[in-house]
Amino acid sequence: MGALDLNSFGILSLITFLPLLGALVVAFLPRENPKVLRAAALLFGLANLGLSLLIVNAAGTMVFVERLNWIPAFGVCYGMAVDGISMPLVILSCLVVPIIVATTFHVGSGLKEYLVLLLIMETGMVGVFCATDIILFYVFFELTLVPLYFLIGMFGGVNRIYAAFKFFLFTAFGSLPMLVAILFLLYQHHQTTGFWSASIADLRSLQLDAATQNWVFAGFALAFAIKVPLWPLHTWLPDAHVQAPTGGSIVLAAIMLKLGTYGFLRIAMPLAPQAAHTFATPVLVLAAISVIYGAYLAWAQDDLKKLVACSSVSHMGFVMVGLFALEPLAVRGAMLQMLNHGVSTGALFFLVGCAYERRHKRGLDDYGGLVKVSPALGIALVITSLSSIGLPGLNGFVGELLILLGAFKTQPVFAILCASGVLLGAIYMLQMVRRVCYGTPNCEEAARLSDMSVAEKFAFAPLVILMFWIGLAPGFLLERIGPAVDSILAALGNT
Amino acid sequence: MQENLLELIILIPFASVAVQYFLHRVLPARLAGLIACGAVLVPFLLTVVVGRGIGSAAPQVPAVTATIASWLTGGGLEVAFGLRLDPLSCAWTLVVTGIGFLIHVYSLGYMHHDPGFKRFFIYMNLFIGSMLALVLGDSLPLLFLGWEGVGLCSYLLIGFWFEDMDNARAGQKAFVVNRIGDLGFLLAMLMIFQTFGTLDIATVTSSLSAGHAQGLYPLGDGRITLIALLLFVGACGKSAQLPLFVWLPDAMAGPTPVSALIHAATMVTAGIYMVARFSVFFALAPVASAVVAIVGALTAFVSATIALRQRDIKKVLAYSTCSQLGYMFLGLGVGAYGAAVFHVVTHAFFKALLFLGAGSVIHALSHEQNAMKMGGLKPHLPRTHWTFFVGCFALAGIFPFAGFFSKDKILGEALLGHGWLFPLVGVLGLITALMTAFYTFRLYRLVFTGPERLDDHARAHLHESPATMTLPLVILALLSIVGGALSLPAFAHFDLLGDYLRPIFASALAVAGEHAHHAVNVEVALMLVSLAVVIGGAWWAWNRFAEGPGDQLPLPQSGLPFLLENKWFVDEIYAIFVIGPMRGTALLAGFFDRYVIDGIVNGLARLCDLCGAFVRLLQNGAVHTYALLFLAGAVYLVCSLL
Repeated sequence: MGALDLNSFGILSLITFLPLLGALVVAFLPRENPKVLRAAALLFGLANLGLSLLIVNAAGTMVFVERLNWIPAFGVCYGMAVDGISMPLVILSCLVVPIIVATTFHVGSGLKEYLVLLLIMETGMVGVFCATDIILFYVFFELTLVPLYFLIGMFGGVNRIYAAFKFFLFTAFGSLPMLVAILFLLYQHHQTTGFWSASIADLRSLQLDAATQNWVFAGFALAFAIKVPLWPLHTWLPDAHVQAPTGGSIVLAAIMLKLGTYGFLRIAMPLAPQAAHTFATPVLVLAAISVIYGAYLAWAQDDLKKLVACSSVSHMGFVMVGLFALEPLAVRGAMLQMLNHGVSTGALFFLVGCAYERRHKRGLDDYGGLVKVSPALGIALVITSLSSIGLPGLNGFVGELLILLGAFKTQPVFAILCASGVLLGAIYMLQMVRRVCYGTPNCEEAARLSDMSVAEKFAFAPLVILMFWIGLAPGFLLERIGPAVDSILAALGNT
Repeated sequence: MQENLLELIILIPFASVAVQYFLHRVLPARLAGLIACGAVLVPFLLTVVVGRGIGSAAPQVPAVTATIASWLTGGGLEVAFGLRLDPLSCAWTLVVTGIGFLIHVYSLGYMHHDPGFKRFFIYMNLFIGSMLALVLGDSLPLLFLGWEGVGLCSYLLIGFWFEDMDNARAGQKAFVVNRIGDLGFLLAMLMIFQTFGTLDIATVTSSLSAGHAQGLYPLGDGRITLIALLLFVGACGKSAQLPLFVWLPDAMAGPTPVSALIHAATMVTAGIYMVARFSVFFALAPVASAVVAIVGALTAFVSATIALRQRDIKKVLAYSTCSQLGYMFLGLGVGAYGAAVFHVVTHAFFKALLFLGAGSVIHALSHEQNAMKMGGLKPHLPRTHWTFFVGCFALAGIFPFAGFFSKDKILGEALLGHGWLFPLVGVLGLITALMTAFYTFRLYRLVFTGPERLDDHARAHLHESPATMTLPLVILALLSIVGGALSLPAFAHFDLLGDYLRPIFASALAVAGEHAHHAVNVEVALMLVSLAVVIGGAWWAWNRFAEGPGDQLPLPQSGLPFLLENKWFVDEIYAIFVIGPMRGTALLAGFFDRYVIDGIVNGLARLCDLCGAFVRLLQNGAVHTYALLFLAGAVYLVCSLL
């Protein structure tokens, strides 16, 4: 790791807790001066992004390992490390926070709380991807829930209380079986080896019988399936997205949904490898339904945010098909597609937010002629939509192709079903583009929208760059994701 | 050295796109246009230079290859941005860049007054780059990248004047219908990867031939047949074949140079390219080949019938394009691969010519496109007129114009083929040739001769087009006259293109068995028959429309003319049987989500709420209630103990 021994000073802890420090600092700044508040949040966000780039070479094995005793009586540790699977997700988490800060210009009096919640959120998100101890994972997993609940509940739309409540209940409902599964695993480990441990690596070495694995897997699967979200557990997502402020939607789409798929890959599948095979078919069925149902659902929407939210259901179903094809290429693709979905859908919510701030309407027919009225915004929306429907040369295609190539080997039927989702994606996305971007403005207000501000352009630029970069040169990420994926699959009993 | 030049061929158009996009504020429009033209001309010249050096590596297919960068790696997959210039891709590259350059020059004049001038040339260059990726890409994903890239440019250029929602809708239709085809292509790619473990096209085709030689893939192998059919589904989308041809006529909403370049000369031939590229698969799958031949013949026939009654000058040409593409597939289906590619080349010449000529007419008439409102333009547009006239002869296939030779090669191979299918599709092709000659000269008569039927708006700026527009017309007209010399009939023993392409199709023809050479007199007799048919059709139209449209002017209300004028109601059938049910499913999903799934979710929540409310009744804080419950419990206990 170069001249500097990064292992020695706990880089992961730094990335995880610097935002929390930032939250504390922002909390003590005077609320009268929004510029200072934003500058401080931006500073911490950017600093953390810079720091997160130091872990960019994590690949096949766990690196930057940190390990401290936490609750020794039960073998619970504060354990952190990253590999090629968690690294890109950590960096993406660090990237979206400064981007979101740039969307806060319309937030009025509550700006301070908004930023504090956002920074706390970042701690949770980074932590959950770094944790190597299952209790720590659980703590971070739940920690992300609270700030988002408040972001939606405090800064959301008209129906925000219903949405926040629904979001919270759904997730909490899933978390309980997961906690039971975790405690059971800890107990099992104590029973079989005689000592306590909550380290995921230790728990992986447990030789559970098939029936037990099924129960453990089911406990985790419920929590993660709600987060993904897998059909029919998805109805919280459109509501949460529609009501959430722009920043909340971006975090939700870019990172929060990935907690589900990441959880499957990192926790549920390795801890219950046999069950992962047993449950593959039912999960694939639900995932394929998500792909197609989500696409049709998106087609039926007249609300921009709801359309993007429903498209998320479809795309995340695609990721799940990739994961449960249990094939090296497909899982690589799924991993890449997690990032792609984060970038593209995050970008879509960013742009929809930009449009909403100007127009205060979210209907597809409340705009028209956007590429003429606000060229930068319109063109950005067109490019992002193309990335979302998997146009080759942009990011979405690479992930989809790898998933399909891999899944077709082991699960051809589901690969074919998924491929048809690609077709539906073009339909609903392009009709959205047509109604919003082309034609002529539908009314006076729609004809006078201002274009993207400089700040917005700067905030959006990294996302566009990522779309092209992942689309044209995915090798950089694949080299790092690949070995990590292979080592997990090897433990699952297939290579 | 050659490798670097090959890389430049494809990088220059993309670099030009970047330059024009990032400097669009500072570049003067004229300079931007010139850069765009140069970015097509230079690759053309480079292709000539590099292409000269690829002829000598027998027995393998001669080729120059280059790798720009790696793309998808790991997990048993190795795909790079690799290029491969062999005779087939070289022929296509020359057509794409050569015709492309002429159309770019033409556009300098045609788009001169358009506020979107710079945007237009960015899209056009992007198209050229994507088309080159499609043609030069050495792997299926790269081919697919180009495939989708040209689809994107087509989408953007059809909707170029996007303020009009109809144009935007036509663009969307083109993209979505193409995507249906792409689904087939994608599935074929998945099957190929599963079967051969690689996506490199040369490796795939050579291991298929090798496998066949070892008895691994017998003739008619189910898997290979399925792959071939899926590939053909993709080809049907891009090359506008039945039943996916509906997007192409609507695509005429784009500027006319776009119709010439993308929707006639180059992009729509991508399906032909793909089938030709994977000719070994089709040679090994007689069923798939038969499907290709039948679909091609039917498309040729059906589109020609529609073209008979169209009023819009561009719509006639658009249906004619579908029809001519049908000929090409007919050729591929009967194993006349070389002839099909030959027809691609000549068609590119004369159809680009006709579209650009039509554009020149439309330009002169201030965007009037209805041929019923034209007539008598011959003296006003002299250069446009004679070049268009040449194009008509070439399209109708009259000796010695280019179309005659290529169309005749295809028909000859079909009519003289074995079995009953080949002659059958050949006869269908012959009938189509009759209709082609008819609608071509009908169009010519309606536009250029007879009484003037212009309205005032169209007459206002009636003028011959500037030199930037007429010069390409003249060059294309010359090519349409002499293009047939590229590949003369077999008895002439002069087949430049055929010899050049021979190594490409060698393995496919080895599998299917080389076509028997026919006696000279049989070939000549056949030529005379088809020539008689074509001249008959042309003569018929020439006389019938000498004085303008005559009885075709009023809209027909019934019978065959009514069906033809309304394009056999194919769009309406789609709306009812495809789009309607899908849209219905979407609405159903929306309903199901809202009332069933969320109904259950909210119902559960309400149930919890009700339970809470019920329990709350017990905990109401009133002492007498507790006392009553206490008493009830006590009574119950006592009773149960007794």
